[in-house]
Parts: sequence; structure tokens; C-alpha cells
Amino acid sequence: MLLKGNRFFSTGDLVAFAILAVLIFVILPVGLDTFRLNLFGKYLTYAFVAIGLVLCWGAGGILSLGQGVFFGLGGYCMAMFLKLEASSPEATKIQSTPGIPDFMDWNQITQIPLWWEPFHSLTFSLFAVILIPVAFAFIIGVAMFRRRVGGVYFAIITQAIAAILTILIIGQQGYTGGVNGITDLRTLKGWDIRTDDAKVLLYFVNGGLLFVCLFIAQLIRKSKLGRILIAMRDQEDRVRFSGYDVANFKIFVFCAGAAFAAVGGAMFTLQVGFMSPSFVGIVPSIEMVIFCAVGGRLSIIGAVYGALLVNLAKTTFSELFPELWLLGLGAVFIAVVLAFPNGLAGLYKDHVEPRLLVIFKRKAGDDSSTEDFDAIKTAAE
Amino acid sequence: MNARPDFLLSVENLTVSFDGFKAVDGLSFYVEPNECRVIIGPNGAGKTTVLDLICGRTKATDGKVEFKNQELLKMREDQIVHAGVGRKFQTPTVYEDLTVFENLEISYPKGHGVFGALMFRRDDPVKSRINEIAGEVFLDDLLDEKAAFLSHGQKQWLEIGMLLIQDPELLMLDEPVAGMSVAERIQTAELLNRIIKDRSVIVIEHDMKFVEDIATRVTVLHQGKVLSEGSMAHVQADPKVIEVYLGH
Repeated sequence: MLLKGNRFFSTGDLVAFAILAVLIFVILPVGLDTFRLNLFGKYLTYAFVAIGLVLCWGAGGILSLGQGVFFGLGGYCMAMFLKLEASSPEATKIQSTPGIPDFMDWNQITQIPLWWEPFHSLTFSLFAVILIPVAFAFIIGVAMFRRRVGGVYFAIITQAIAAILTILIIGQQGYTGGVNGITDLRTLKGWDIRTDDAKVLLYFVNGGLLFVCLFIAQLIRKSKLGRILIAMRDQEDRVRFSGYDVANFKIFVFCAGAAFAAVGGAMFTLQVGFMSPSFVGIVPSIEMVIFCAVGGRLSIIGAVYGALLVNLAKTTFSELFPELWLLGLGAVFIAVVLAFPNGLAGLYKDHVEPRLLVIFKRKAGDDSSTEDFDAIKTAAE
Repeated sequence: MNARPDFLLSVENLTVSFDGFKAVDGLSFYVEPNECRVIIGPNGAGKTTVLDLICGRTKATDGKVEFKNQELLKMREDQIVHAGVGRKFQTPTVYEDLTVFENLEISYPKGHGVFGALMFRRDDPVKSRINEIAGEVFLDDLLDEKAAFLSHGQKQWLEIGMLLIQDPELLMLDEPVAGMSVAERIQTAELLNRIIKDRSVIVIEHDMKFVEDIATRVTVLHQGKVLSEGSMAHVQADPKVIEVYLGH
């Protein structure tokens, strides 16, 4: 049978992965025009962050309200490369200093700062997209988890870091593009990322990377490390007194979450064509937690749907009711936490998956079709 | 008095003060290999704090704790565990969202680093060891059950099993039979009698009948200090002990 479970993927997991793959790689590209597809590509970049939050928060109990920091750092690394490429002397010959990014010119800066220089290299930039956010997460993780800062305190500190980074970016306008961010990005190694063809291709690259992240997250969850995270969430002291250095595990999962968020940020820049502090600060960081909560904080697949649905709702409702939208989002968050603490994934697992498994078993012509519904439901858990 | 090498654990002049209040005050005692030491004392005597200090959960203000000639007070909790000290908490502390098997697996002494845990494989030695321990703590029929669905007594057993799988040289149990039914209590006494044979054990317990059953020696704590120490018969006859504790 094709969808046979193994050590890392139960049959239910495989079904869920397959359905999501069909949605992302077949249904959406076939059903949507390029504009809408690009929009969904943008939504999916948030799914990277949500997957990271499932690992950190859902499994490990580490609530970070500052994932926008890593999303933003990843996005800015990508944007810096693209901006340098878009600022060739020919393209910027009307500036008082041609050959530097436009916002630097507006801020009377006449030379590309030293720390921008390495971003002329695509290879460096791609490494930086992951390594800079991970290094930053590592520093935060060591500073916090070694000192046993956790729970609400950790959440507040990550939120403060998100606020600080936003202020820093806005304040250093000449080096960062300030509140407008880094805009007017054009080509990647000469390939115009603004064309429809490029947008479709980037959508598929994004989807592919999303699945890479999903697979990595699944492997982490199903390894002993994944179970240690759950154990840590329940009884941190017991894990410690079973001979584990708890801080190392927290640092690891926080860095993994940062890496996922950073990939999402870089893909956001490529698909949307700019990066700005409005994707870094407190509000977007909290929104990312909501994507994860709505989708189901225990399910990596659920997190993807959460990111898709909440963003879709955001686009739809924020056009119709611009003032009420944020209140509505808050209400959804509260409702989910109170009524469905495991989000959409919890509903799926309780009500949909058992039925699907029955169908799959029948299709496969298993002799086990006599098995009753409850037995399969138990097996799915 | 210097620590003698034939002691497995020597605690000397151990002191901890919380905002000036000395919960443990200049405490010294020595545990020999294969000894079962029971610590008794009235509420607030500092019994649990002593275990917390030994296993690194609470940082001592002063004193020495030597285990196999290693100074434990300078070590991190997980290093103390790897040195061979296991600790059971007073309330059963198990991972409710994981199965009994997974609970035991986490305590299995392998793959304790981040990458070790990522690469950890559930191979046959692991499985057979988990099955063996589960049998010992009466949970072999419940391996796939979530720990949340166990009874209070079964959770206590599971936590004892999680310690056993580490095979510690020194096992510290904080009220292992508290809150158990009579039947569970009898089973637990039998279990403890079996597992204390080839290791040293420190037990905190209130049940005098139970203490009499298992103790090699008894230390009576009162206000963070040793009030009396010796065989059960010795401490029971000690007028100071009768005064503050047993007489009540």
C-alpha cells in the first residue's frame, strides 16, 4: 500500500501530507490566476514561521512572541542582496551617488557601508538568510535558557526584542531603508522576479521549501528529541533529573524555529518584492502565533492551514472592515484558545482523519475492512 | 572529620538559608554502599530540602556533598544524574502526554545530548530493557497507555521505573508510598525491598511500619539539624526523638 506508515510517518500523517501537497502543488496553481497565486505564496511564507512555532511552542512549551525578528532578518538578508543588484550604476545614474541603494542616496550616504558589502554575493546572502537569524536565536537562547528564563518572561523578552529591532531598523534609515523598508527589488542574478512566470516559479520553489521544512519538522517531532520536548513542556524538572541539559534542547528548538522563519522571510521578500519593519515588530509576531494557534499548535500541517486561512480572512475582511479586522482577529484567537485548544488540526484529528482512514483502507482492499471505526480511530492517535 | 573513601555519599556541614532562615543547618551524615537510609522528621524539618541540595535542585549556601569523591555541589543537575544519583519527587512526576513506554525510554541512559536524542534508535536492547523495567514496576500491560490515564500509585511506580532504568548507585525517594492504597502500599514495599538490594538508597517516609521494614539506619531531622541517628530501635528509644516527633 502506498500510504503505509513507518517510524516517522503514521498513515494519518502521510494522508495529511499528501492532501496538503495536492492543495499546494495542484489545486491552487490550477485554480488561481497569477495574482492570487502570488498572494497565496505570500501566505505560505508565514506557514514556515507557524511550523517553527509548533516545534517551539506546541511541543516544547516555549512561547516566542518575537518570531517576526527571524522572519525579518531572513527577509532583510535576501532584500539586501536584491537591492544591491537593483542598484547598479546604470540603473541609479540619476542619483547624486550612482551605484548605491536609493534610500542611502536620499540619506546623504555616499558609500555602501562595509557590512553591506558581502551581500553582493548570492552564495553569502543565501547562507546569511539562515545563519544570521539562527546565530541571533542562539545568542538569545543561550542568554535566556541557560539562566532558566522561561514561560511568560521569555515571551515578554522576545516581544521586547521584536520592538527593539523594529525601532533600530526605522532609526537607522540610511542603512536599512527605515520605515519604508527595502523596496523596488527587481532581479535575481539578472532574472526578473516581477514577471508572472517568475512569480509562478517562485510559488513552486516556496512550496517545495515548505515541504522540506515540514519533513525536517516531522523528523524532529518523531525522534526522541521530539518526545523530550513534550516531556519538557509537562515536567521540566523531571527531564533535568533524568540527566538532560534542558537548556540545550530549548536552544536547539528555538534555533530550528528561527531557521524556518528565516526561510519564510526570504521567500516573502522574493515573492512580494520588498521587506519592511512592518513584518518584524510586535503585531506581526503575535499574528504569527495566532496562525499557529488557529491551525493547531500541536500539528505542523495544521499550522500551514492556519497560516493560509487566517491570512485569507485577513485579506478579505481587512478590505471590508478595516477598523474591525484586528478586533475580529483577536476574537478568533480567544475563541480558538477557549473552544478548540488544538485548533483546526484537533478538529481534523478527532472528526475527519478516522473517516479518511476507513476510506483508504477500503480502497486498498485490505482484509481489515471488518475493523470497526473506533479501532482505526485509536490507531490513528 | 574528613570524608572517608568507603562512604558512597558524605554530606558535611551542609547549610542552606532562605532569606536568613536556615532550612538545613550544618547537617552532616554519611551513607555507605548498599545502605538504606531513611530520613524522618516532623513537617518543615528540611527533609525534602536535603534531597534537593544533594541532587542540585537547590543551591547550598555552605558545606560539602561528596559522592564517590566528586563534589556534587559544583555540578549541574544532569551531571549529578550521570554521576549516578537518581531522585524521585514527592508528587509523582511523569510525562502525562507520553506513553508509559516513552516515559521509560526518555530515562534510558543513552542519547542524552541534542544530537544523540535526534539520532536515538529504539533498538532491541532498548526495548528489552524497557520491558524488563516495566515488568519490575508492575506496568508491563500498560506500556502503550498514556501516563495521564494511570492511577496515582501507578504513576509513582512509573517514576520509580524511570529511575531504575538509569541504574543509579544512589537512589533518593521522597515519600514513595504517600497517597497509595493499602494494596498498592504492600506491592510498593515489596518493590522497594527488591530494588534497594544492590544500591544505596535515601528514603523520606512517614509510615513507621514501612520505615522499620526497609531501613538500615534512620536519621531524624529537626529544624534542619540531625536530632538522632542510628538503628530504628535506637532512634525510637531516644528521648529527644520521642519529645519532638514520635511522641505526638
